[in-house]
Order: sequence, then structure tokens, then C-alpha cells
Amino acid sequence: MKPALTSHVAPPPGGRGPFRSYAAGFILSLVLTAAAVSVVVYAGPLRLGGAAAAAAVLVLAVVQMCVQAVFFLHLLDEKGPRWNLVFFASTLSIVLIIVVGSLWIMAHLNYNMMPEQVNAYMRRQGGI
Amino acid sequence: MENIATAGEDDSLFGFWVYLMTDLVIFAVLFATFTVLRNNTFGGPSGRELFSLPSAVTETLLLLTSSFTCGLAAVAFRRGVRTRAIIWFAVTFALGAAFLARELGEFSGLAAAGAGWQRSAFLSSFFALVGAHGLHIAVGLLWMAVVMVQIWFRGLSAAVVSKAARLALFWHFLDVVWIFIFSVVYLMSRLV
Repeated sequence: MKPALTSHVAPPPGGRGPFRSYAAGFILSLVLTAAAVSVVVYAGPLRLGGAAAAAAVLVLAVVQMCVQAVFFLHLLDEKGPRWNLVFFASTLSIVLIIVVGSLWIMAHLNYNMMPEQVNAYMRRQGGI
Repeated sequence: MENIATAGEDDSLFGFWVYLMTDLVIFAVLFATFTVLRNNTFGGPSGRELFSLPSAVTETLLLLTSSFTCGLAAVAFRRGVRTRAIIWFAVTFALGAAFLARELGEFSGLAAAGAGWQRSAFLSSFFALVGAHGLHIAVGLLWMAVVMVQIWFRGLSAAVVSKAARLALFWHFLDVVWIFIFSVVYLMSRLV
């Protein structure tokens, strides 16, 4: 017997209507977008440093991704084995490794230079 | 409630989701390239000088609204309401086309101002990342036009609904990717 990859179960009665799900996702996304823009526009008056504001923008983006995954992509509504969600989660871990790993390596290239390169670099920079 | 990712038309929807996840890896590589190269302007203009926040916000609102109206089209084609499905897909198409037009306008404006992709590593990675997303949008628009024609002439048969469900998944996915382009490219370039 072929294993079922996706569920064919009818939606449970009394759940949120599909329209309400999309409307909730839309409104929440609008609010989160407005919040992210406000962080950037008011970073000065709010006395937010560049790094803190960037972190806030990134957190808001991740929250909005989760909102859209739930309300637009309906990833939490799977019945049975949650294959869509499993693939999403494992792909996100690959994405994190690629992006964070690249940034980490490229930001620490100075430590990995050969000694003569380090000397040349230090001469260029006028010392450490 | 109805369920786009697991509506169970067939396993093809799951297969398409797996494809989208591999697409996400492509975008991850482009994001990694951009974040590594974002300050390598080679004496040229930086993102802070080039990008207009109001323009980026407008593009974001266009695409976000189109993702919402695409959901409304999905509600309609699942309920078998043919005319309403076509209308909402048409609205989605118009919003997506407006988004693409603004993006192409931005690209040509940058190129005209001497900030094309050959100017610096930062601009190369910018055009690669945002251009890849725009290319996906263009393909999605073509696909949407085909689906609208098929709904119009063939009605909401099982095959057409299955196709429309994959299209809706594709379109929502592109909006999720855009959240990060908006945040990482347009918002963060004004911070650091």
C-alpha cells in the first residue's frame, strides 16, 4: 500500500473559516511590516543602535514568516504526518547553515590569513 | 477549514512543496552572497544612498496584498465559484504586475544612474538576489494567466483546481521570500 504523503481528511467542523485565516494573516503581516518600518524610521529617536535595530527588523521578519506559514500556507493544519512542516523545518536549518556560516567565515578571514598576508594587512592598516 | 498545503488533491502538491524548499535553498545562497558583499561597494554608491524606503514599502504592500487576494482566489476555486476565482486571480495578477513594473523601473533607474550590476560586488549581489525573485514573479504571472484561461474555458475540473492550488502555494511562497528581501536589503541598508 502506498503511504499517504498528504492527508485527505476533511477539515474539522467549527474551525476558523478560510477567509478569516487569510484576513488574519493579511492584517498581522501589515502590522508587522509597519512595525519593521517604524523601527528603521524611528531608530534615532528610540535610541536604538544599528545592531539592535537590525536585530529587531530580523526578528519581525521571522515572526511575519511564521504568520504567513500558518495563515497563508496553512502548514499547521496538516493531519497525520506533517511532511510539509518537516521539509520546511529541515530546509530552514539548511538556510541557516548557509547564511550564518557564510557570514561567520567571511567575517573571520583575517584570522585565517597566512603570516605574510597578516603582515601586509597590518602594514596597510597601520598596526592592529 | 480548507488547507492549501495539504488539501490532498494529490501528492503533486507535496511534490511541489519539496520543489519550493529547494528553491528556498537557492534564495538562501543568494542571501548569503548579498549579506557577505553588502559593504563591498568598490567606491560606488551604497544601499543607503540608492534605495528609496517609500518605494520599497509600496512594493511590499503590493506583493503582500496580492498574496492575500491570491488566498481569496483559493477560497473561491475550492468552493467551486468560477467567476469569483477568476476575478481574484485577475486582481492578484494586476497587483503582481504593478509590483514587477515598479521593480523593473527601480532596476532601470539604478542602471541609468551608473549603479548597474557591473558597478560593484554589492550591486552584483543585489541584482542577483532581487532579480531572481523578480524572475520568479514574472514566471508566476505567466502561470497565473494560463490558469485563468483554463478556469475560464475548462471550468474548475480536478486538474485545473490542482494546478491553481500549486500556483497559490508558489505565490504565497514568493511573498515569504520578499519579506526577507525587504528586511535585509531595503530596511537594514538604512541601519548599518
